[in-house]
Amino acid sequence: MNKKPVNMPDHTAVSPLHAQGITVAYHKQPVVQNVSFKLDEGRLVALIGPNGAGKSTLLKAMLGLVPAIRGEVSVYGQPYASQRKRIGYVPQRESVDWDFPTNALDVVLMGTYGRLGWFRRPGRQEREIAIESLSKVGMADYANRQISQLSGGQQQRVFLARALAQQADLYLMDEPFAGVDAATEKAIITLLEQLKQQGKTVLVVHHDLSTVEAYFDDVLLLNRELIAAGPVEMVFNTEMLQRTYGGRLTFLQDSGSMIMTGK
Amino acid sequence: MDMLVYIVNDPNIRWIILGCMLLGLSSGVIGSFMVLQQKSLIGDALAHAALPGICIAFMLLGVKSTAGFLIGALIAGMLATVGIRWITEHSRIKQDAAMGIVLSFFFGIGVLLLTRIQHSGNGGQSGLDKFLFGQAASMMRQDLYLLTGISIVLIAVCILLFKQFKLVSFDRGFAKGLGWPVVWLEQIILLLTVFVVVAGIQAVGVVLMSALLITPAVAARYWTDRLHIMIILAGIFGAVSGAAGTVSSSMVSQLPTGPVTVLAATLIFAISALFAPRRGWLARLWQHRRNRLEWNNKGGVSHEQ
Repeated sequence: MNKKPVNMPDHTAVSPLHAQGITVAYHKQPVVQNVSFKLDEGRLVALIGPNGAGKSTLLKAMLGLVPAIRGEVSVYGQPYASQRKRIGYVPQRESVDWDFPTNALDVVLMGTYGRLGWFRRPGRQEREIAIESLSKVGMADYANRQISQLSGGQQQRVFLARALAQQADLYLMDEPFAGVDAATEKAIITLLEQLKQQGKTVLVVHHDLSTVEAYFDDVLLLNRELIAAGPVEMVFNTEMLQRTYGGRLTFLQDSGSMIMTGK
Repeated sequence: MDMLVYIVNDPNIRWIILGCMLLGLSSGVIGSFMVLQQKSLIGDALAHAALPGICIAFMLLGVKSTAGFLIGALIAGMLATVGIRWITEHSRIKQDAAMGIVLSFFFGIGVLLLTRIQHSGNGGQSGLDKFLFGQAASMMRQDLYLLTGISIVLIAVCILLFKQFKLVSFDRGFAKGLGWPVVWLEQIILLLTVFVVVAGIQAVGVVLMSALLITPAVAARYWTDRLHIMIILAGIFGAVSGAAGTVSSSMVSQLPTGPVTVLAATLIFAISALFAPRRGWLARLWQHRRNRLEWNNKGGVSHEQ
Protein backbone atom coordinates (compact mmCIF):
# COMPACT_ATOMS: atom_id res chain seq x y z
CA MET A 1 0.00 0.00 0.00
CA ASN A 2 1.31 3.39 -0.95
CA LYS A 3 1.80 5.50 2.13
CA LYS A 4 2.68 8.69 0.27
CA PRO A 5 -0.06 11.21 -0.45
CA VAL A 6 -0.98 10.51 -4.05
CA ASN A 7 -2.24 13.79 -5.33
CA MET A 8 -2.91 17.05 -3.64
CA PRO A 9 -5.28 19.17 -5.73
CA ASP A 10 -4.94 22.03 -3.33
CA HIS A 11 -1.44 23.41 -3.24
CA THR A 12 -1.88 25.65 -0.26
CA ALA A 13 -0.29 24.44 2.94
CA VAL A 14 -3.49 25.03 4.90
CA SER A 15 -4.32 22.12 7.17
CA PRO A 16 -7.74 20.47 6.69
CA LEU A 17 -8.06 20.15 10.46
CA HIS A 18 -6.13 22.06 13.05
CA ALA A 19 -6.98 21.55 16.72
CA GLN A 20 -5.49 23.78 19.37
CA GLY A 21 -5.62 23.00 23.08
CA ILE A 22 -8.92 21.12 23.13
CA THR A 23 -10.07 20.30 26.66
CA VAL A 24 -13.33 18.55 27.50
CA ALA A 25 -14.65 17.79 30.98
CA TYR A 26 -17.65 15.81 32.22
CA HIS A 27 -18.75 16.66 35.74
CA LYS A 28 -15.53 18.58 36.32
CA GLN A 29 -13.46 15.50 35.40
CA PRO A 30 -11.23 16.22 32.41
CA VAL A 31 -11.76 13.57 29.72
CA VAL A 32 -9.68 15.19 27.03
CA GLN A 33 -6.86 17.46 28.05
CA ASN A 34 -5.13 20.12 26.01
CA VAL A 35 -5.05 18.24 22.69
CA SER A 36 -3.40 20.01 19.76
CA PHE A 37 -2.61 18.58 16.34
CA LYS A 38 -2.60 19.40 12.66
CA LEU A 39 -3.63 17.03 9.87
CA ASP A 40 -2.04 17.01 6.43
CA GLU A 41 -4.25 17.01 3.39
CA GLY A 42 -4.98 13.76 1.57
CA ARG A 43 -4.03 11.48 4.44
CA LEU A 44 -5.83 8.65 6.18
CA VAL A 45 -5.39 9.23 9.89
CA ALA A 46 -6.18 6.81 12.73
CA LEU A 47 -7.09 8.12 16.16
CA ILE A 48 -6.22 5.35 18.61
CA GLY A 49 -6.01 4.86 22.33
CA PRO A 50 -7.40 2.65 25.11
CA ASN A 51 -11.06 2.56 26.16
CA GLY A 52 -11.99 5.73 28.00
CA ALA A 53 -9.10 7.62 26.41
CA GLY A 54 -11.56 10.18 25.05
CA LYS A 55 -11.28 9.31 21.35
CA SER A 56 -14.98 9.71 20.56
CA THR A 57 -15.24 12.66 22.91
CA LEU A 58 -12.42 14.46 21.11
CA LEU A 59 -14.11 13.83 17.77
CA LYS A 60 -17.47 15.07 19.07
CA ALA A 61 -15.88 18.11 20.67
CA MET A 62 -14.30 19.08 17.37
CA LEU A 63 -17.71 18.77 15.71
CA GLY A 64 -19.33 20.82 18.44
CA LEU A 65 -21.49 17.90 19.63
CA VAL A 66 -20.12 18.06 23.17
CA PRO A 67 -19.00 21.36 24.63
CA ALA A 68 -15.25 21.89 24.92
CA ILE A 69 -14.27 24.04 27.89
CA ARG A 70 -11.24 25.26 26.00
CA GLY A 71 -9.75 24.98 22.56
CA GLU A 72 -10.02 26.10 18.96
CA VAL A 73 -10.69 24.11 15.82
CA SER A 74 -9.98 25.45 12.38
CA VAL A 75 -10.84 23.69 9.14
CA TYR A 76 -8.89 24.64 6.03
CA GLY A 77 -7.62 27.65 7.87
CA GLN A 78 -11.08 28.99 8.66
CA PRO A 79 -13.08 28.86 11.90
CA TYR A 80 -14.87 25.54 12.21
CA ALA A 81 -18.44 26.91 12.11
CA SER A 82 -17.98 28.49 8.67
CA GLN A 83 -16.65 25.25 7.16
CA ARG A 84 -19.36 22.79 8.20
CA LYS A 85 -20.33 22.00 4.60
CA ARG A 86 -16.81 20.69 3.97
CA ILE A 87 -17.02 18.15 6.79
CA GLY A 88 -18.58 14.70 6.55
CA TYR A 89 -19.43 12.88 9.75
CA VAL A 90 -20.00 9.18 10.45
CA PRO A 91 -21.35 8.70 13.99
CA GLN A 92 -21.17 5.42 15.89
CA ARG A 93 -23.75 3.00 14.59
CA GLU A 94 -25.19 2.41 18.08
CA SER A 95 -25.99 6.10 18.49
CA VAL A 96 -29.33 5.82 16.68
CA ASP A 97 -32.47 3.67 16.86
CA TRP A 98 -32.43 1.50 13.72
CA ASP A 99 -36.12 0.74 14.10
CA PHE A 100 -36.85 4.28 12.90
CA PRO A 101 -39.44 4.23 10.09
CA THR A 102 -37.22 4.92 7.09
CA ASN A 103 -35.20 3.13 4.39
CA ALA A 104 -31.53 3.13 3.41
CA LEU A 105 -31.92 5.66 0.58
CA ASP A 106 -33.73 8.08 2.87
CA VAL A 107 -30.94 7.91 5.47
CA VAL A 108 -28.34 8.62 2.78
CA LEU A 109 -30.45 11.54 1.54
CA MET A 110 -29.99 13.09 4.99
CA GLY A 111 -26.40 13.69 3.93
CA THR A 112 -27.66 16.22 1.38
CA TYR A 113 -29.77 18.16 3.91
CA GLY A 114 -26.85 20.40 4.88
CA ARG A 115 -26.53 21.97 1.45
CA LEU A 116 -30.28 22.01 0.78
CA GLY A 117 -30.93 24.93 3.07
CA TRP A 118 -33.78 25.34 5.47
CA PHE A 119 -36.95 24.61 3.51
CA ARG A 120 -35.94 22.87 0.27
CA ARG A 121 -36.62 19.18 -0.02
CA PRO A 122 -34.28 16.66 -1.62
CA GLY A 123 -35.04 16.47 -5.35
CA ARG A 124 -33.83 14.41 -8.29
CA GLN A 125 -30.25 15.66 -8.10
CA GLU A 126 -30.02 14.72 -4.42
CA ARG A 127 -31.48 11.28 -5.12
CA GLU A 128 -28.82 10.70 -7.77
CA ILE A 129 -26.10 11.67 -5.30
CA ALA A 130 -27.61 9.35 -2.69
CA ILE A 131 -27.86 6.38 -5.05
CA GLU A 132 -24.31 6.95 -6.26
CA SER A 133 -23.11 7.07 -2.65
CA LEU A 134 -24.92 3.82 -1.90
CA SER A 135 -23.28 2.10 -4.88
CA LYS A 136 -19.86 3.27 -3.71
CA VAL A 137 -20.32 1.20 -0.56
CA GLY A 138 -21.90 -1.69 -2.44
CA MET A 139 -25.40 -1.04 -1.09
CA ALA A 140 -27.29 0.10 -4.21
CA ASP A 141 -29.48 -3.01 -4.13
CA TYR A 142 -30.62 -2.18 -0.62
CA ALA A 143 -31.82 1.39 -1.31
CA ASN A 144 -35.45 0.64 -0.50
CA ARG A 145 -34.76 -1.71 2.40
CA GLN A 146 -36.15 -0.72 5.80
CA ILE A 147 -33.07 0.06 7.89
CA SER A 148 -33.92 -2.37 10.72
CA GLN A 149 -33.71 -5.23 8.19
CA LEU A 150 -30.07 -4.48 7.42
CA SER A 151 -27.20 -6.28 9.11
CA GLY A 152 -24.86 -4.32 11.37
CA GLY A 153 -22.24 -4.06 8.65
CA GLN A 154 -24.82 -2.91 6.11
CA GLN A 155 -26.07 -0.26 8.52
CA GLN A 156 -22.50 0.95 8.92
CA ARG A 157 -22.16 1.20 5.16
CA VAL A 158 -25.39 3.22 4.97
CA PHE A 159 -23.86 5.67 7.44
CA LEU A 160 -20.72 5.88 5.31
CA ALA A 161 -22.83 6.48 2.21
CA ARG A 162 -24.62 9.30 4.02
CA ALA A 163 -21.27 10.93 4.77
CA LEU A 164 -20.30 10.54 1.09
CA ALA A 165 -23.54 12.27 0.10
CA GLN A 166 -22.32 15.22 2.13
CA GLN A 167 -19.65 15.62 -0.59
CA ALA A 168 -17.18 16.84 1.97
CA ASP A 169 -13.41 17.36 1.88
CA LEU A 170 -12.71 16.27 5.43
CA TYR A 171 -14.30 13.18 6.94
CA LEU A 172 -14.55 12.36 10.64
CA MET A 173 -15.55 8.76 11.36
CA ASP A 174 -16.35 7.36 14.78
CA GLU A 175 -15.39 3.66 14.96
CA PRO A 176 -16.61 2.66 11.48
CA PHE A 177 -14.84 -0.71 11.79
CA ALA A 178 -16.47 -1.64 15.11
CA GLY A 179 -18.29 -4.96 14.92
CA VAL A 180 -18.53 -5.18 11.12
CA ASP A 181 -18.26 -8.25 8.90
CA ALA A 182 -15.31 -8.90 6.56
CA ALA A 183 -17.20 -7.67 3.48
CA THR A 184 -17.95 -4.35 5.14
CA GLU A 185 -14.41 -3.97 6.41
CA LYS A 186 -13.16 -4.44 2.86
CA ALA A 187 -15.75 -1.99 1.49
CA ILE A 188 -14.66 0.63 4.03
CA ILE A 189 -10.96 0.26 3.20
CA THR A 190 -11.64 0.55 -0.53
CA LEU A 191 -13.67 3.64 0.16
CA LEU A 192 -10.96 5.20 2.32
CA GLU A 193 -8.44 4.60 -0.46
CA GLN A 194 -10.77 6.22 -2.99
CA LEU A 195 -11.26 9.25 -0.78
CA LYS A 196 -7.52 9.55 -0.41
CA GLN A 197 -7.05 9.37 -4.19
CA GLN A 198 -9.40 12.33 -4.45
CA GLY A 199 -7.24 14.28 -2.05
CA LYS A 200 -9.71 14.09 0.83
CA THR A 201 -8.61 13.83 4.42
CA VAL A 202 -10.10 11.21 6.74
CA LEU A 203 -9.78 10.97 10.51
CA VAL A 204 -10.95 7.61 11.84
CA VAL A 205 -11.46 6.59 15.46
CA HIS A 206 -9.97 3.12 15.40
CA HIS A 207 -9.62 0.35 17.96
CA ASP A 208 -7.89 -2.48 16.13
CA LEU A 209 -4.14 -2.01 16.53
CA SER A 210 -3.31 -4.91 14.22
CA THR A 211 -4.67 -3.11 11.15
CA VAL A 212 -3.32 0.40 11.79
CA GLU A 213 -0.16 -0.09 9.73
CA ALA A 214 -2.03 -1.59 6.80
CA TYR A 215 -4.86 0.94 6.60
CA PHE A 216 -3.52 4.31 7.68
CA ASP A 217 -0.86 6.88 6.79
CA ASP A 218 -0.77 8.85 10.01
CA VAL A 219 -1.71 8.11 13.57
CA LEU A 220 -2.78 10.09 16.62
CA LEU A 221 -2.17 8.33 19.94
CA LEU A 222 -4.51 9.54 22.65
CA ASN A 223 -4.91 8.79 26.31
CA ARG A 224 -6.74 11.86 27.59
CA GLU A 225 -3.70 13.78 26.41
CA LEU A 226 -2.18 13.47 22.99
CA ILE A 227 0.77 11.09 23.43
CA ALA A 228 2.12 11.27 19.91
CA ALA A 229 1.13 12.26 16.38
CA GLY A 230 2.78 11.60 13.05
CA PRO A 231 3.30 9.14 10.20
CA VAL A 232 2.62 5.52 11.14
CA GLU A 233 6.18 4.38 10.45
CA MET A 234 7.58 6.97 12.84
CA VAL A 235 5.05 7.01 15.67
CA PHE A 236 3.40 3.61 15.70
CA ASN A 237 6.02 1.73 17.69
CA THR A 238 6.23 -0.29 20.87
CA GLU A 239 7.51 2.54 22.99
CA MET A 240 4.74 4.96 22.04
CA LEU A 241 2.07 2.28 22.37
CA GLN A 242 3.37 1.39 25.83
CA ARG A 243 3.10 5.03 26.79
CA THR A 244 -0.43 5.23 25.41
CA TYR A 245 -1.83 1.98 26.71
CA GLY A 246 0.32 1.59 29.82
CA GLY A 247 0.25 -1.87 31.30
CA ARG A 248 -2.87 -2.78 29.38
CA LEU A 249 -0.97 -3.77 26.27
CA THR A 250 -0.01 -7.37 25.56
CA PHE A 251 2.28 -8.43 22.79
CA LEU A 252 2.09 -11.73 21.01
CA GLN A 253 4.77 -12.85 18.67
CA ASP A 254 2.97 -14.63 15.87
CA SER A 255 4.71 -15.91 12.73
CA GLY A 256 6.94 -12.91 12.45
CA SER A 257 4.24 -10.26 12.74
CA MET A 258 3.40 -8.53 15.93
CA ILE A 259 -0.18 -8.65 17.13
CA MET A 260 -1.05 -6.15 19.73
CA THR A 261 -4.18 -5.98 21.74
CA GLY A 262 -5.03 -2.97 23.80
CA LYS A 263 -7.70 -3.51 26.37
CA MET B 1 -80.04 5.19 16.50
CA ASP B 2 -82.37 8.11 17.22
CA MET B 3 -79.66 9.40 19.49
CA LEU B 4 -77.12 9.30 16.68
CA VAL B 5 -79.44 11.22 14.35
CA TYR B 6 -79.95 13.77 17.09
CA ILE B 7 -76.20 14.15 17.51
CA VAL B 8 -75.53 14.59 13.84
CA ASN B 9 -78.30 17.16 13.58
CA ASP B 10 -77.22 19.18 16.59
CA PRO B 11 -74.86 21.85 15.26
CA ASN B 12 -73.26 22.30 18.67
CA ILE B 13 -72.30 18.68 18.96
CA ARG B 14 -71.14 18.66 15.36
CA TRP B 15 -68.73 21.46 16.19
CA ILE B 16 -67.51 19.63 19.26
CA ILE B 17 -66.92 16.44 17.30
CA LEU B 18 -64.97 18.43 14.75
CA GLY B 19 -62.90 19.99 17.54
CA CYS B 20 -62.07 16.64 19.07
CA MET B 21 -61.11 15.27 15.69
CA LEU B 22 -58.74 18.21 15.17
CA LEU B 23 -57.31 17.59 18.61
CA GLY B 24 -56.76 13.89 17.86
CA LEU B 25 -55.20 14.76 14.52
CA SER B 26 -52.76 17.26 16.03
CA SER B 27 -51.76 15.06 18.93
CA GLY B 28 -51.25 12.08 16.62
CA VAL B 29 -48.93 14.12 14.40
CA ILE B 30 -46.81 15.74 17.09
CA GLY B 31 -46.97 12.59 19.24
CA SER B 32 -45.26 10.66 16.42
CA PHE B 33 -42.16 12.81 16.78
CA MET B 34 -42.24 12.50 20.58
CA VAL B 35 -42.52 8.70 20.39
CA LEU B 36 -39.70 8.45 17.82
CA GLN B 37 -37.47 10.64 19.97
CA GLN B 38 -38.22 8.22 22.82
CA LYS B 39 -39.75 11.05 24.79
CA SER B 40 -43.26 9.60 25.08
CA LEU B 41 -43.58 10.39 28.75
CA ILE B 42 -42.65 14.05 28.31
CA GLY B 43 -46.16 14.58 26.97
CA ASP B 44 -47.55 13.00 30.13
CA ALA B 45 -45.38 15.22 32.32
CA LEU B 46 -46.45 18.30 30.35
CA ALA B 47 -50.13 17.44 30.69
CA HIS B 48 -49.90 16.89 34.43
CA ALA B 49 -47.78 20.01 34.84
CA ALA B 50 -50.38 22.08 33.01
CA LEU B 51 -52.97 21.61 35.78
CA PRO B 52 -51.40 23.89 38.44
CA GLY B 53 -50.61 26.42 35.71
CA ILE B 54 -54.25 26.53 34.68
CA CYS B 55 -55.46 26.74 38.29
CA ILE B 56 -53.12 29.64 39.11
CA ALA B 57 -54.19 31.44 35.94
CA PHE B 58 -57.83 31.04 37.01
CA MET B 59 -57.12 32.28 40.55
CA LEU B 60 -55.28 35.33 39.25
CA LEU B 61 -57.81 36.24 36.57
CA GLY B 62 -60.96 35.13 38.39
CA VAL B 63 -62.51 33.99 35.10
CA LYS B 64 -62.16 31.11 32.70
CA SER B 65 -59.92 32.45 29.98
CA THR B 66 -58.45 30.20 27.34
CA ALA B 67 -55.56 32.57 26.64
CA GLY B 68 -54.82 32.81 30.36
CA PHE B 69 -54.91 29.03 30.70
CA LEU B 70 -52.57 28.66 27.76
CA ILE B 71 -50.00 31.01 29.28
CA GLY B 72 -50.32 29.38 32.72
CA ALA B 73 -49.91 25.90 31.27
CA LEU B 74 -46.99 27.05 29.14
CA ILE B 75 -45.11 28.47 32.13
CA ALA B 76 -45.86 25.40 34.25
CA GLY B 77 -44.79 23.11 31.40
CA MET B 78 -41.54 25.00 30.99
CA LEU B 79 -40.86 24.84 34.72
CA ALA B 80 -41.53 21.10 34.67
CA THR B 81 -39.15 20.42 31.76
CA VAL B 82 -36.49 22.62 33.33
CA GLY B 83 -37.01 20.75 36.62
CA ILE B 84 -36.63 17.37 34.90
CA ARG B 85 -33.46 18.50 33.19
CA TRP B 86 -32.04 20.00 36.40
CA ILE B 87 -32.62 16.80 38.36
CA THR B 88 -31.02 14.57 35.70
CA GLU B 89 -28.01 16.86 35.34
CA HIS B 90 -27.36 17.45 39.01
CA SER B 91 -27.94 14.00 40.45
CA ARG B 92 -27.62 10.34 39.60
CA ILE B 93 -31.38 10.12 39.07
CA LYS B 94 -32.32 8.88 35.60
CA GLN B 95 -34.75 10.73 33.36
CA ASP B 96 -37.73 8.41 33.89
CA ALA B 97 -37.49 8.74 37.66
CA ALA B 98 -37.00 12.51 37.41
CA MET B 99 -40.12 12.72 35.25
CA GLY B 100 -42.05 10.68 37.79
CA ILE B 101 -41.03 13.02 40.61
CA VAL B 102 -41.79 16.25 38.74
CA LEU B 103 -45.02 14.97 37.18
CA SER B 104 -46.54 13.84 40.45
CA PHE B 105 -45.36 16.96 42.30
CA PHE B 106 -47.01 19.27 39.78
CA PHE B 107 -50.14 17.16 39.66
CA GLY B 108 -50.35 17.15 43.46
CA ILE B 109 -50.18 20.94 43.57
CA GLY B 110 -52.73 21.10 40.76
CA VAL B 111 -55.24 18.96 42.64
CA LEU B 112 -54.71 21.01 45.83
CA LEU B 113 -55.38 24.26 43.97
CA LEU B 114 -58.34 22.71 42.19
CA THR B 115 -59.91 21.76 45.52
CA ARG B 116 -59.41 25.31 46.78
CA ILE B 117 -61.06 26.75 43.70
CA GLN B 118 -64.01 24.36 44.01
CA HIS B 119 -64.66 25.57 47.56
CA SER B 120 -64.31 29.24 46.71
CA GLY B 121 -67.15 31.52 45.61
CA ASN B 122 -67.07 31.21 41.86
CA GLY B 123 -65.74 27.66 41.82
CA GLY B 124 -69.08 26.34 40.62
CA GLN B 125 -68.97 28.02 37.23
CA SER B 126 -65.27 27.48 36.69
CA GLY B 127 -65.81 24.04 35.21
CA LEU B 128 -62.28 23.30 36.23
CA ASP B 129 -63.29 19.96 37.72
CA LYS B 130 -63.79 18.79 34.15
CA PHE B 131 -60.09 19.29 33.52
CA LEU B 132 -59.19 16.04 35.28
CA PHE B 133 -60.99 13.62 32.98
CA GLY B 134 -62.26 15.91 30.26
CA GLN B 135 -65.71 16.94 29.14
CA ALA B 136 -65.83 17.81 25.49
CA ALA B 137 -69.40 19.09 25.84
CA SER B 138 -68.14 21.92 28.03
CA MET B 139 -66.09 23.27 25.14
CA MET B 140 -67.25 26.58 23.81
CA ARG B 141 -67.03 28.15 20.39
CA GLN B 142 -63.86 30.03 21.27
CA ASP B 143 -62.19 26.81 22.43
CA LEU B 144 -62.91 25.40 19.01
CA TYR B 145 -61.35 28.41 17.31
CA LEU B 146 -58.29 27.88 19.47
CA LEU B 147 -58.13 24.20 18.57
CA THR B 148 -58.50 24.95 14.89
CA GLY B 149 -55.80 27.60 15.05
CA ILE B 150 -53.41 25.31 16.90
CA SER B 151 -54.02 22.45 14.48
CA ILE B 152 -53.35 24.62 11.45
CA VAL B 153 -50.15 26.07 12.93
CA LEU B 154 -48.96 22.65 14.08
CA ILE B 155 -49.53 20.93 10.76
CA ALA B 156 -47.97 23.84 8.84
CA VAL B 157 -44.87 23.78 11.04
CA CYS B 158 -44.58 20.00 10.74
CA ILE B 159 -44.78 20.22 6.93
CA LEU B 160 -42.30 23.10 6.69
CA LEU B 161 -39.80 21.60 9.11
CA PHE B 162 -40.43 17.95 8.22
CA LYS B 163 -36.83 17.42 7.10
CA GLN B 164 -35.49 18.97 10.30
CA PHE B 165 -37.87 17.13 12.65
CA LYS B 166 -37.10 13.84 10.91
CA LEU B 167 -33.33 14.16 11.21
CA VAL B 168 -33.46 15.47 14.78
CA SER B 169 -35.66 12.52 15.75
CA PHE B 170 -33.48 9.94 13.97
CA ASP B 171 -29.94 11.19 14.50
CA ARG B 172 -29.58 14.20 16.75
CA GLY B 173 -25.77 14.15 16.62
CA PHE B 174 -25.66 14.25 12.84
CA ALA B 175 -28.15 17.13 12.76
CA LYS B 176 -25.96 19.00 15.22
CA GLY B 177 -22.93 18.25 13.06
CA LEU B 178 -24.70 19.96 10.14
CA GLY B 179 -24.83 23.06 12.30
CA TRP B 180 -28.59 22.95 12.82
CA PRO B 181 -29.97 24.52 16.01
CA VAL B 182 -30.98 21.12 17.36
CA VAL B 183 -31.94 22.36 20.81
CA TRP B 184 -34.25 24.96 19.28
CA LEU B 185 -35.83 22.42 16.96
CA GLU B 186 -36.49 20.15 19.94
CA GLN B 187 -37.96 23.09 21.83
CA ILE B 188 -40.31 23.80 18.90
CA ILE B 189 -41.55 20.19 19.01
CA LEU B 190 -41.98 20.51 22.78
CA LEU B 191 -43.80 23.83 22.43
CA LEU B 192 -46.20 22.39 19.86
CA THR B 193 -46.82 19.51 22.28
CA VAL B 194 -47.65 21.97 25.08
CA PHE B 195 -50.11 23.74 22.75
CA VAL B 196 -51.85 20.47 21.94
CA VAL B 197 -51.90 19.44 25.58
CA VAL B 198 -53.45 22.71 26.71
CA ALA B 199 -55.99 22.67 23.92
CA GLY B 200 -56.80 19.05 24.67
CA ILE B 201 -57.06 19.16 28.43
CA GLN B 202 -60.63 20.39 28.40
CA ALA B 203 -61.73 17.63 26.06
CA VAL B 204 -59.65 14.71 27.31
CA GLY B 205 -58.37 15.76 30.73
CA VAL B 206 -54.86 16.03 32.14
CA VAL B 207 -54.77 12.44 33.34
CA LEU B 208 -55.32 10.84 29.96
CA MET B 209 -53.98 13.46 27.55
CA SER B 210 -50.71 11.60 27.10
CA ALA B 211 -52.54 8.56 25.73
CA LEU B 212 -53.73 10.65 22.80
CA LEU B 213 -50.13 11.66 22.11
CA ILE B 214 -48.60 8.19 22.40
CA THR B 215 -51.17 5.55 21.42
CA PRO B 216 -52.12 6.70 17.89
CA ALA B 217 -48.42 7.12 17.00
CA VAL B 218 -47.47 3.69 18.30
CA ALA B 219 -50.46 2.11 16.50
CA ALA B 220 -49.52 3.86 13.24
CA ARG B 221 -45.94 2.55 13.42
CA TYR B 222 -47.30 -1.00 12.96
CA TRP B 223 -48.66 -0.31 9.48
CA THR B 224 -45.76 1.38 7.74
CA ASP B 225 -42.02 1.81 7.48
CA ARG B 226 -42.24 5.34 6.08
CA LEU B 227 -42.21 8.30 8.46
CA HIS B 228 -44.65 10.54 6.60
CA ILE B 229 -47.19 7.74 6.27
CA MET B 230 -46.81 6.93 9.95
CA ILE B 231 -47.54 10.56 10.83
CA ILE B 232 -50.58 10.76 8.55
CA LEU B 233 -51.94 7.50 9.96
CA ALA B 234 -51.33 8.65 13.54
CA GLY B 235 -53.29 11.80 12.74
CA ILE B 236 -56.18 9.75 11.34
CA PHE B 237 -56.16 7.34 14.29
CA GLY B 238 -56.16 10.30 16.69
CA ALA B 239 -59.04 11.97 14.86
CA VAL B 240 -61.12 8.76 14.85
CA SER B 241 -60.48 8.28 18.58
CA GLY B 242 -61.48 11.87 19.29
CA ALA B 243 -64.70 11.51 17.32
CA ALA B 244 -65.54 8.19 18.99
CA GLY B 245 -64.97 9.69 22.43
CA THR B 246 -67.16 12.70 21.79
CA VAL B 247 -70.00 10.81 20.18
CA SER B 248 -70.25 8.26 22.95
CA SER B 249 -69.94 10.78 25.74
CA SER B 250 -72.69 12.91 24.27
CA MET B 251 -74.95 9.87 24.02
CA VAL B 252 -74.54 8.94 27.67
CA SER B 253 -74.97 11.79 30.11
CA GLN B 254 -72.17 12.38 32.62
CA LEU B 255 -69.84 10.09 30.69
CA PRO B 256 -66.47 11.88 30.52
CA THR B 257 -64.90 12.18 27.08
CA GLY B 258 -61.33 11.37 28.04
CA PRO B 259 -61.64 7.72 29.03
CA VAL B 260 -63.81 6.87 26.02
CA THR B 261 -61.38 8.60 23.66
CA VAL B 262 -58.49 6.71 25.18
CA LEU B 263 -60.36 3.41 24.98
CA ALA B 264 -61.04 4.04 21.29
CA ALA B 265 -57.36 4.80 20.69
CA THR B 266 -56.35 1.68 22.59
CA LEU B 267 -58.74 -0.43 20.52
CA ILE B 268 -57.09 0.90 17.34
CA PHE B 269 -53.72 0.05 18.87
CA ALA B 270 -54.83 -3.49 19.73
CA ILE B 271 -56.14 -4.07 16.20
CA SER B 272 -52.87 -2.74 14.76
CA ALA B 273 -50.69 -4.84 17.04
CA LEU B 274 -52.65 -7.96 16.12
CA PHE B 275 -53.45 -7.59 12.45
CA ALA B 276 -50.94 -5.21 10.87
CA PRO B 277 -49.09 -6.78 7.93
CA ARG B 278 -45.46 -7.76 8.64
CA ARG B 279 -45.12 -6.09 12.05
CA GLY B 280 -48.36 -7.34 13.59
CA TRP B 281 -48.48 -10.32 15.91
CA LEU B 282 -50.40 -12.59 13.53
CA ALA B 283 -48.14 -11.72 10.59
CA ARG B 284 -45.07 -12.52 12.67
CA LEU B 285 -46.58 -15.80 13.81
CA TRP B 286 -47.42 -16.68 10.21
CA GLN B 287 -43.93 -15.75 9.02
CA HIS B 288 -42.38 -17.83 11.79
CA ARG B 289 -44.44 -20.89 10.85
CA ARG B 290 -43.65 -20.48 7.17
CA ASN B 291 -39.94 -20.22 7.89
CA ARG B 292 -40.09 -23.41 9.88
CA LEU B 293 -42.00 -25.25 7.17
CA GLU B 294 -39.61 -24.07 4.48
CA TRP B 295 -36.67 -25.18 6.59
CA ASN B 296 -38.17 -28.64 7.13
CA ASN B 297 -39.04 -29.09 3.43
CA LYS B 298 -35.53 -28.18 2.41
CA GLY B 299 -34.47 -31.11 4.53
CA GLY B 300 -32.10 -29.02 6.57
CA VAL B 301 -30.95 -30.22 9.91
CA SER B 302 -33.43 -32.74 11.24
CA HIS B 303 -32.59 -34.42 14.46
CA GLU B 304 -35.58 -36.69 14.94
CA GLN B 305 -37.36 -38.93 12.47
